[in-house]
Amino acid sequence: MSLKHDIEFTLNGVKRQASVDVTMNTLAMLRDVIGLTGTKYGCGEGECGACTIQVDGVSLNSCLMFAVDCDGRELTTIEGLANDSKADALREAFVEHGAVQCGFCTPGMIMQADHLLHKHPHADAECVKRGIEGNLCRCTGYKKIVDAIVAAEDGQRTAP
Amino acid sequence: MSVSEKKTRIIEPDSLIGKRIPKMDAPEKASGRTRYIHDINLSGQLYGKILRSGRIHALIKSIDTSAARALPGVHVVITAADIPDQRPIGVARDHFPLKVGRVRSQRDEIAAVAAESEEIAEAALKLIKVVYEDLPVISDPEDAIKPGAALIHPEPHGADGTHLHLKQGTSIAHRGKADNIAMRFDYAHGDVVKGEAESDVVIEDTFRLHYVTHCCMGVSGMIAEFDASGNLLMYSNTQVPFLHKREFAEYLNMDPARIRIIQPPIGGGFGSKLDIYPFEIICLFLARAAKRPVKMLFTREEEFLASPTRQPVLLTLRSGCKKDGTLTFRQVHTLHDNGAYTSWGATTPFVMMQTFSSLYRVPHCDYHTAAVYTNNPYAGSFRGYGNLQATFAIEQHMDMMAEAIGMDSLEFRLKNAQDSGETTGQGMVFKSCGFKDCINTAAQRSDYSRKFKENEANRGKPGNIKHGIGMASMLHVGGGAKIYPSDGCGTILKMDDFANVTLITGASEIGQGSETVLSQLVCEELGLPISAITVVNNDTAITPWDVGVHASRTTFIAGNSAIGAAKKAKAKILAVAAKKYDAAEADLDLRGGFVIKAASGEVVVELSKLLRNLHFQDKAELVMTTFYYEPPSVHQGKDFKGDVSAAYAWASQVVEVEVDTDTGMVRMTKITGAHDVGRVLNRLGIEGQIEGGMVMGQGYALTEDLMIVDGVMRNPNFRDYKLVTAPEIPEMDIAFIESMDGEGPQGAKGVGEAPSICIAAAAANAIRNATGVRMFELPFTPEKVYRALHGQTPKRYWKPWKAE
Ligand code: FES
Ligand code: FES
Repeated sequence: MSLKHDIEFTLNGVKRQASVDVTMNTLAMLRDVIGLTGTKYGCGEGECGACTIQVDGVSLNSCLMFAVDCDGRELTTIEGLANDSKADALREAFVEHGAVQCGFCTPGMIMQADHLLHKHPHADAECVKRGIEGNLCRCTGYKKIVDAIVAAEDGQRTAP
Repeated sequence: MSVSEKKTRIIEPDSLIGKRIPKMDAPEKASGRTRYIHDINLSGQLYGKILRSGRIHALIKSIDTSAARALPGVHVVITAADIPDQRPIGVARDHFPLKVGRVRSQRDEIAAVAAESEEIAEAALKLIKVVYEDLPVISDPEDAIKPGAALIHPEPHGADGTHLHLKQGTSIAHRGKADNIAMRFDYAHGDVVKGEAESDVVIEDTFRLHYVTHCCMGVSGMIAEFDASGNLLMYSNTQVPFLHKREFAEYLNMDPARIRIIQPPIGGGFGSKLDIYPFEIICLFLARAAKRPVKMLFTREEEFLASPTRQPVLLTLRSGCKKDGTLTFRQVHTLHDNGAYTSWGATTPFVMMQTFSSLYRVPHCDYHTAAVYTNNPYAGSFRGYGNLQATFAIEQHMDMMAEAIGMDSLEFRLKNAQDSGETTGQGMVFKSCGFKDCINTAAQRSDYSRKFKENEANRGKPGNIKHGIGMASMLHVGGGAKIYPSDGCGTILKMDDFANVTLITGASEIGQGSETVLSQLVCEELGLPISAITVVNNDTAITPWDVGVHASRTTFIAGNSAIGAAKKAKAKILAVAAKKYDAAEADLDLRGGFVIKAASGEVVVELSKLLRNLHFQDKAELVMTTFYYEPPSVHQGKDFKGDVSAAYAWASQVVEVEVDTDTGMVRMTKITGAHDVGRVLNRLGIEGQIEGGMVMGQGYALTEDLMIVDGVMRNPNFRDYKLVTAPEIPEMDIAFIESMDGEGPQGAKGVGEAPSICIAAAAANAIRNATGVRMFELPFTPEKVYRALHGQTPKRYWKPWKAE
């Protein structure tokens, strides 16, 4: 119905093109145009963090970013964290520490945590809590999520 | 047999119970691979959208859908007029999915569209023209019961979808109401007049509990498809697939046998999926009309507007005790704001009256609720089911009475607390009861008594930050709840020739971890590692019957059912092994994937080998068992008396706060919880459930407030509806009281709802301890607390009223 734009960007390490509506946000592009559904819709208004991805190494809410603005950028989604050892440690820690209940907030949490640990490699619990302030979780009460993120970092530090 | 195999091998005893077992579905979820309802798309699928009223109370004069129907890409547009066989839904069958003639609340469904895309469906909604005639709005339940109040449901509704001109001979689906009372509950034991006469102290206060909502992170949605033969396939997040299958069939006028429900993983439940909502029926209507699969997903705003809330309650409690600290009576009147339609919220008195009648020993109790229609949102079931509200009032009164008679509040509680072996006035029988242990443990671990006195002494000292500590306790069903004539669950268990188990259970997984706990119980019985099991729990075409996920029942009921099936499998295996290896059945056991000699742990044969043998050589037999567990509880009669649950869960929680008297800001610094859970099955899972529940309780107490003004929801978004975020969580210290319930699976009791129940009540007591001011209304936002601290909150009194 409305104007389409052709854009080119790197998604999870692979160069690709997409034709997107000018009003479309990046979350919708990822889910509906590209078909990667690991990134979640929780509010569409930048208030819950379920849609967190990384763009050029910085975490942001994909629901607030126009898809056309992805042109020329490097995007990483939860699916793209597959080959990153830090992310592996995070994922494992989330499982082992019981940080996953319904799991709906989990992909966004992990994207945010991954960014946080790259930025603050020695994050303690307080720093982690502030770091995931923008990610809502209704199930866990956050404690086990914080434990997992701190442990993932510890595991990384002590890893040979 | 080879020589090496002959060497004796010993398998040491091991147990899965009480261990920290990660959730089986966690790896998929943590990789973003889990497909929730939002992530499923069927080929040929259309997108459904609903036009909502926007008016609060109005007559619908006309609906013009012609422009919407003409929009390219639109397949179907429906209004009530298009569905002549529409039937009312809901707990009181007072709710047409598509509204007929009148709208009664902001969320009311007027019309719906199925189109090629969500954008087209939304554009079509904008083209629908509705003419309304506004009616007076009732947004205060106290107004709803005034003589001469406007009626919310005055007219009978015909089953043919019209109401203004009921045709002769058409059946009446809903009779209409001559008043605004949707439901009432009246319960009594003993004689409160006598109780009051025996009292040395009597206090009476009014408490007001507000609107909050579930805020599941995954919004509501479903997909419906009718196949070429007219069979219906639904992808739905219902918590009660089997009961709902029947209901859906009724609303669609079809055979329930032709409905299949598949439940994809759910993005949070907390009770919100316990009823059938208009959007679900509307989605079915659209799919039926379009002859294509139709997917419907809410936006977050819609989720706020059109999913249920926790039951708001206005409550006046009158309590009495003797000077020696013995409770004498309790009298309770509540006014439940029912909203425009009746869902499970109206039935929360089932649980509330249990708390009033039976948490502490009360010889005389009198309880009345009237749930009254207003033009507000309607309440459903929400984790805790009325118990947060009841506990808020009761536990404040416990502190207040102790204060009035000059008794230590801990001693006062212990004096009246239930013990095991007691039968309450309401007929509940407490077999395992760790209540006193809970009180003592929570008090000791938090250093309650010392801090309580210290805080009191510090109240008058300079400084704007005041510290407070408060306690509250709870009783909740922990062994199912026989709210239907049956409270059972079925299991099918089969073993393959590699000694892997498939557990097919009727119990749905709603993120709470039931899949993992059930696996643990089965593997414990069969001596297998948790990796040897696959759980199937999400397809009514495969799974056996179950009542549904509610009332903290899954671990207890489905757990016992799974154990029953596993025990039968074990008996069969041991019988075969005994015969084959010439041993007595009683001398054999299963451990570590082997049949062993029970006494020594010596390996007799590898289990998989035995099973293969059974399949291929012996009698060509399979190990496949079924079991149906029905708990030994009682379906309560009209007097609400009887032992409704097979076990009861107990908890005491101590909340510590910091109150800033300059700003009214309350910070929750620590929660200490002692929970009688029967027995810990999965330590990791149960801690997670309790922490999550505590923080949910914190939100109820401090930050969450769904603002409804004249029937209009003012804050349907996460910016203005404040959920607790990570930096705000308190320190949490959890102690488990293992009372080993005789009926529970491995001794366990249900725990799902317990952890959020006490928080608001304990926080109110803590604020009082810190500041000397008592809060009778939730939530404790800075404005409210500041006003109360500065004497600007006139004390509200609601004069007890009960429906005639
Ligand atoms: S969906 Fe983007 S922040 Fe909620
Ligand atoms: S695990 Fe359910 S929202 Fe976080």
